[in-house]
Amino acid sequence: MDFNLSEEHLMIQKAARDFARTELLPGVIERDDNAIKPIEQIKRMQELGFMGMMVDPKYGGGGMDTISYVLAMEEISKVDSSASVMMSVNNSLVCWGLENYGTEAQKQKYLVPLASGKAIGAFALSEPEAGSDATKQHTIAKDMGDHYVVNGIKNWITNGSDSQYYIVIAHTHPEKGHKGINAFIIEKDTPGFTVGPHENKMGMRGSHTHALMFQDCKVPKENRIGDDGFGFKFAMNTLNGGRIGIAAQALGIGQGALDLAIQYSKERKAFGKEIGHHQAIAFKLADMHTEMEAARLLIHKAAWLKDQHKDYGMAGAIAKYHAAEAAMHVTTEAVQIHGGYGYVKEYHVERLMRDAKLTQIYEGTSEIQQIVISRGLLRD
Amino acid sequence: MKVLLAVSHVPDTTSKIRFVNKDSEFDKTDIQYIISPFDELALTRLLQIKEQIGGMHITAVTVGGADVDPTIRKALAIGADDAVRVDAEPTDALFVARQIAEVFKNGEFDFVMTGKESIDFTGNQVGEMVAEFLNIPSVASAASLELNGNIATIIREIDGGKEVIETPMPFVTSGQKGIAKEPRIPNMRGIMMARKKPLNVVPAVEQAAHTKVVKFTMPESRGACKMIDADNPAELIRLLHEEAKVL
Ligand SMILES: Cc1cc2nc3c(=O)[nH]c(=O)nc-3n(C[C@H](O)[C@H](O)[C@H](O)COP(=O)(O)OP(=O)(O)OC[C@H]3O[C@@H](n4cnc5c(N)ncnc54)[C@H](O)[C@@H]3O)c2cc1C
Repeated sequence: MDFNLSEEHLMIQKAARDFARTELLPGVIERDDNAIKPIEQIKRMQELGFMGMMVDPKYGGGGMDTISYVLAMEEISKVDSSASVMMSVNNSLVCWGLENYGTEAQKQKYLVPLASGKAIGAFALSEPEAGSDATKQHTIAKDMGDHYVVNGIKNWITNGSDSQYYIVIAHTHPEKGHKGINAFIIEKDTPGFTVGPHENKMGMRGSHTHALMFQDCKVPKENRIGDDGFGFKFAMNTLNGGRIGIAAQALGIGQGALDLAIQYSKERKAFGKEIGHHQAIAFKLADMHTEMEAARLLIHKAAWLKDQHKDYGMAGAIAKYHAAEAAMHVTTEAVQIHGGYGYVKEYHVERLMRDAKLTQIYEGTSEIQQIVISRGLLRD
Repeated sequence: MKVLLAVSHVPDTTSKIRFVNKDSEFDKTDIQYIISPFDELALTRLLQIKEQIGGMHITAVTVGGADVDPTIRKALAIGADDAVRVDAEPTDALFVARQIAEVFKNGEFDFVMTGKESIDFTGNQVGEMVAEFLNIPSVASAASLELNGNIATIIREIDGGKEVIETPMPFVTSGQKGIAKEPRIPNMRGIMMARKKPLNVVPAVEQAAHTKVVKFTMPESRGACKMIDADNPAELIRLLHEEAKVL
């Protein structure tokens, strides 16, 4: 067993840390407050190669492993998880899905611009009435021979108004249940496709989340991903890996709050000493660090399993479940340690606490992770 | 155009500094190393110029053992085209300058750039010594560098103003703060390509060191900062008089 990071890993970690400090930190509070998208920052992340990290260089990506990706994700999420969720969707859902299951033509046409920073993508599985239970797709893709006609509504779509390309999950054969579901690549300007206004959210307010409406939207047959009926499996396999990225996002949010809490505990004085010298605060810090370190190890293990092409479904679910719960707890404690200052925006921790909440909800709620983990345990 | 950029391998600015062997050596245990920040800024400026004018080849050079390879590869990741490592312990500035001068002579370079100083020993002299070995002009502490054909225009900050210097190639210049705004962050492709770029290891030439470290001592700690109420200037005067004894 080897816990050492490689020279490249360390460079990636440092590059992401430097980028977050110099280019994401300025204005992060204002962007959150006014729900302003980090457009310039995302452009820079495209230039720096953060948007297609794991894609084979022959398709314009960085050719990096999952460990590299989670290291960058953690660093960027310490500062701005609105930027990191945009990065996460593009890397681990859209690019990963296309690289693993797309045809060569689909890769040339869509993956190359997405991985090389010339386009952004979205992944549209959830619907107003299909969240955790993703088999209940109401969006229909009718097979018309040489093309499909898509009708329906997708909800909660990250990068909804920023993307050129959308991976959209829809039912083709409702009678076949989840085996009748397909995944399609739909281009932004397709007639009949409209994007609704963005949601007014609690956290990650710089990332815009939209409903997508499809009305008699004509999609060429060659834009279906995989064989007929592969869509549900496609979505589940993709989300399996995506979870590792969201776990790393949660870790970054928690660690960002912990770093601020440690610093504050050394500076703030009460009853004649730094608050960090009151055991009640010191022990909170010990617990927070322990939770974060455990999350990091679980995430690195899941990432390592993925890089070794071993089964990482269970490990990813455990990592996401623990990291999201830990991030929620750690950020809440970080606010507590900051006292009244923690409750105002200037000190960052309240934002991190709002951001942490989302990691317990998307890409499978904490309850869904518990289902995945317990099913794994009880399987005969 | 070919540029030789000297890069030094220094402890991270947040390192805890300790000494060993009766305070005669720096304790390297648990130290993380980085490219000296002034070298990183110099490299950043060269890359900006390269992007403007094209056709520039940047060779990073360092003097050190194999342990400095990750640092020099960082320069390759940021954008240097190739690298030379002179395989020897950098004993003092003169020794290092001699090695860099030798690499320059063997490579048909147009100019040498260094950082103003390496942040470990802050000697601020390697660049000037290289120029002396090569008998070419030297402009230290450049806050701006522009190239126009064979002529470099360099701005130095001097007391109360700026000094604008023009020099033909070849020359040596050392970059200081201002030469570039922020060090360039390597992109992911650059990081993955770094190992594929040439890193040539060459033997050192004979050069006796002229200086020797006898002993290191830590600077005196600065002591706590005393806050004085803005409405109480008398207290400030008293402290300056009685404690600091500067009045
Ligand atoms: C900001 C944001 C961005 C998002 N981005 C995307 C995106 O880009 N693409 C996309 O497709 N989706 C996206 N989502 C959707 C997200 O994945 C879903 O919200 C999530 O899967 C939960 O679905 P739901 O909201 O319908 O909740 P529901 O599924 O209705 O769940 C409600 C509650 O019931 C619990 N629950 C449900 N089923 C069970 C069960 N069997 N056992 C125990 N508890 C259960 C849940 O855990 C939850 O607590 C996003 C959501 C948000 C809020």
